[in-house]
Amino acid sequence: MRGDRRLFSGLDLSVSPGTFVQLTGPNGSGKTSLLRILCGLLAPAEGRITWNGADIRSLGEEYVAQVTYLGHRHGIKDEFSAVENLRISNALNGVPVSAAHAGEVLRQVGLAGRESLPARLLSEGQRRRVGLARLLVCSTKLWLLDEILTSLDKGAVSLVRSLIENHVAGGGIAIVATHQELELSTGRTERLELTT
Amino acid sequence: MLRWIVWRDLMLAWRRRADMLSTVFFFVIVVSLFPLGIGPETQLLRTIAPGVVWVAALLASMLSLGRLFANDYQDGTLEQLLLTPQPLFLVVLGKTLAHWIVAEVPLVLIAPLVGVQFDLSSETLWILFASLLVGTPVLSLIGSVGAALTLGLRGGGVLISLLVLPLYIPALIFGAGAVEASVMGTSPTAHLSLLGAFAIVSLLFSPWATAAALRISLE
Repeated sequence: MRGDRRLFSGLDLSVSPGTFVQLTGPNGSGKTSLLRILCGLLAPAEGRITWNGADIRSLGEEYVAQVTYLGHRHGIKDEFSAVENLRISNALNGVPVSAAHAGEVLRQVGLAGRESLPARLLSEGQRRRVGLARLLVCSTKLWLLDEILTSLDKGAVSLVRSLIENHVAGGGIAIVATHQELELSTGRTERLELTT
Repeated sequence: MLRWIVWRDLMLAWRRRADMLSTVFFFVIVVSLFPLGIGPETQLLRTIAPGVVWVAALLASMLSLGRLFANDYQDGTLEQLLLTPQPLFLVVLGKTLAHWIVAEVPLVLIAPLVGVQFDLSSETLWILFASLLVGTPVLSLIGSVGAALTLGLRGGGVLISLLVLPLYIPALIFGAGAVEASVMGTSPTAHLSLLGAFAIVSLLFSPWATAAALRISLE
């Protein structure tokens, strides 16, 4: 529910490890809201979300430690460089990375030579890539990615695809809200379409 | 974890030094306007000094409170902070501590200096320093609740003042009271103790209240 409006109801979804779920639907159909409910930022008006059989509200931090959420706001501080952004967000998530490792990861996502620039000097797509770098260093089971492909070039889109493929192949779950079709070559793919 | 949050916010403040300096200048200018406006009547200045300095400190902290969560909210890092595997009140405590260091400690340090304009004795200046040192954490702690509640609202700045300034009244009374007692030549200990008690109570309650308010604001 957003305001008085019911976005979706009767949604019953069970996702097993090693699954990629593509969430589609027109603007305003509730994709972002669903992802925010799944990561626990938003409480569902009715119903519940369970992880390994336990309600995520009661699991609290134990559940959050399993989740990486990339929202359509980047979650990147303009004042910090890409390396600093990555190191701080990882340290706060309990998986510290060294400056050298962070630099290497950022080169992998195509930010070579721009690791130490303040993020405000980066383009929209490059900031997205800083967010993507988080996926490379996290060890979480569940990825919730909101409009991840926006403002990414072709190279980055295939990078995202291979990241998700690896994650799913390793027994992880990725739930991705997107307008573009994302075809994985491996793993189980489910499509969930929300309507208005 | 707490260390990282505090370090992060201190670094951010350092990269935006102008914000921090504007708060300090605001405080210095407001306090200095009174001796200039009233003229060299030392007796009157000494009487109004405690109130003036304390009220200026309250208003100066209003300036910085709006930024406590708003910047993080806008760029989405606040969401990410909520999704870190640690109790939210710790995150809040870290941010509040950083806010105190960045926005309040400079005021505490500079207050004895601006207090000289009011012809206060050196002993009273020390009490002024002590009262602000004990009292300003209250401003950060209670202010964080207001900042969290007004997050994402239009005109949040004015709303914070309306919400938070009344809650500052006990700190103002005991803080200014301690300095006043020192001006009158009596012991300020009772006032300072009560102020300290108020600081401890707000330390116990406000991080939880702020955490709850943040969850509501981000829904």
